[in-house]
Amino acid sequence: MKNKIILNLIILSYSLCFLMGKENITVDELLSAIDANLYSKSQIYTSKMIVHGRRSSRTIESKTWVVGIKNAFTEYISPPREAGTKMLKNDDKLWTYSPQTDRVIQISGHMLRQSVMGSDMSYNDMMEEQPLLAMYKATLEGTEIINDRKHHVLLLEAKITGLSYPMRRLWVDAEYMLPMKEELYAKSGKILKSTSMDGVKKIQGRWFPTRFLFKDELKRNSKGTEWIIESIHFDVEIPDIQFSKALLRK
Amino acid sequence: MTGIMNGFFRGTSIVSTGHVKIMTRAYNKESQLLPNDLALLGVDQLLAQLSQEYSDYFWTPRIISIGLLDVPDKNGETLKQSPVFAVGIDMFSKHSRQIEIWELERKLTTGRLPKKADEVLLSTRLYKRLNLNVGETVTFISSTMHGAFTTFNFHVTGTFSLNLGQVDKEMMLIDISGVRLALDMEDAASEILGYSHSLYFDDQASVDVREEYNLNYSESTDHFSPVMLALRDSNQMGTLVDMNNAIMVIILGIFMAIVMIVLWNMGLMSGLRRYGEIGMRLAIGESKGQVYRAMIMEAIIIGFIGTVIGTAIGISLTYYLQEVGLDYTKALESLSSTNMILPNVFYAKVTPDLYYIGFIPGVLATVLGTMLAGRAIYKREMAQLFKELET
Repeated sequence: MKNKIILNLIILSYSLCFLMGKENITVDELLSAIDANLYSKSQIYTSKMIVHGRRSSRTIESKTWVVGIKNAFTEYISPPREAGTKMLKNDDKLWTYSPQTDRVIQISGHMLRQSVMGSDMSYNDMMEEQPLLAMYKATLEGTEIINDRKHHVLLLEAKITGLSYPMRRLWVDAEYMLPMKEELYAKSGKILKSTSMDGVKKIQGRWFPTRFLFKDELKRNSKGTEWIIESIHFDVEIPDIQFSKALLRK
Repeated sequence: MTGIMNGFFRGTSIVSTGHVKIMTRAYNKESQLLPNDLALLGVDQLLAQLSQEYSDYFWTPRIISIGLLDVPDKNGETLKQSPVFAVGIDMFSKHSRQIEIWELERKLTTGRLPKKADEVLLSTRLYKRLNLNVGETVTFISSTMHGAFTTFNFHVTGTFSLNLGQVDKEMMLIDISGVRLALDMEDAASEILGYSHSLYFDDQASVDVREEYNLNYSESTDHFSPVMLALRDSNQMGTLVDMNNAIMVIILGIFMAIVMIVLWNMGLMSGLRRYGEIGMRLAIGESKGQVYRAMIMEAIIIGFIGTVIGTAIGISLTYYLQEVGLDYTKALESLSSTNMILPNVFYAKVTPDLYYIGFIPGVLATVLGTMLAGRAIYKREMAQLFKELET
């Protein structure tokens, strides 16, 4: 009995130390933890995007290969009209290939503001997928309990120019270290988009959400876009040829 | 005047407003954004219903979309791009009057009209800017009605110039079947436009049709319910229509006043010139009342015959101008930078009021002039009359 009490005290003290450590975590460490969960050396995933339009919903399935933050290749699998459409991101360039026209089109300028497959995500959102720590300076605004879980509320302000969202507010789950809820703002402070994530699973040693909800707040009556990760593999070897323009036409 | 004023509305109605047009309530709210995700569905059925129930108008579907026109190089890579305003009109249907009302055969500057869904006409200015040749393939980049990114290849068959200033600067015209393929809009349309068969715009008639249609078919609680707009409901057209009506009344008023003064003066002068004759008639025993009534009767007969002849000549000339028109193409070409949608040919219009409006100055003014001149008869004294006759 005595031993059991001592063991319990030891466990409690370790837990307290752990929690205190989490309390003292810096904002940069928070951002690093988020980036560590969301970004990896490489990823291959299949996903389903459910676009809730004003009249009906459409489901678009795709397979994506990603290396770091610079290279990404997506091939759309369904519906039939989109099947065979491919998208390639190399550094700051984005191309799309449509089998109907057999044309490779570079998406640039104002086209980057267009939505991806009618979703609430724009091509710019795809292009700016970079670790938060590299783009933003964070301030801890406080903590909130959402669904009985503790969340850190972070205000992020751009430290580089030209970002689509110069300001963001994140609700970061204190355990998962994932931004479960996010609001994206214009420089004026007007909310442009909101995102949320759930279905968090431990995959290859990291917490990763399997369902995202994007909502363009400027679209009136928008019901948002669901993005469901059906399978994902981190740190897989992907040959460079996967990101060549020649592969778009194949 | 009515015909010329109507010509100003004709260009606008053909390019954008119709005499009336139908769209969904939701599309109407955001129409500036051309939201094809809110387009009309079941268009074939709607067209059949409209043609049956509102047969005073002919109905035509239209799809409008903005996007980019991408010109490939020999490797299929982007060579040039330009913003484009794509207008899908019904060119191929058997009974469609779109080629006629757009006057496309006349406004074609090079090439030929499209014959297939994947053929396109480009505005001359867009064509020159992109340095294209007839027969080349261009890729239209836009969004489907589901909001998805889309690319579609079109073959350039020719160019057109509408002489509509900025309106056709970046325009391409395609058959609606081609736009439906490109934008995944099967049996859908941004709008359905209605025109009177004579293409004569009657504001009151279009308002009446709108009222009736919306009462019977438009559900205010359903965002996707169709709603009809009259030409005056689009942008600031209502103000223009009202201004046009006011200008017409003012011009007509001034014109009538001038004609009445001229004819009244004519009646007055002819009465005064007959001073001697009146004196003689009084001297030989006619009563003043008899002379006065005879003069007025004369004025009525002369005014009536003159008006009938004048109206016949006027209506014949108006009819000629209604059918043939006055071609101002050369003069307006120099105004190609204007923002106004101006017609190249001004047409007159034979309207019902032309048949009676001439009688107001023609008879009334002549009679009034004669009546005024005739007042002198009652002022004549018999003694003075004989004195005049002696001299």
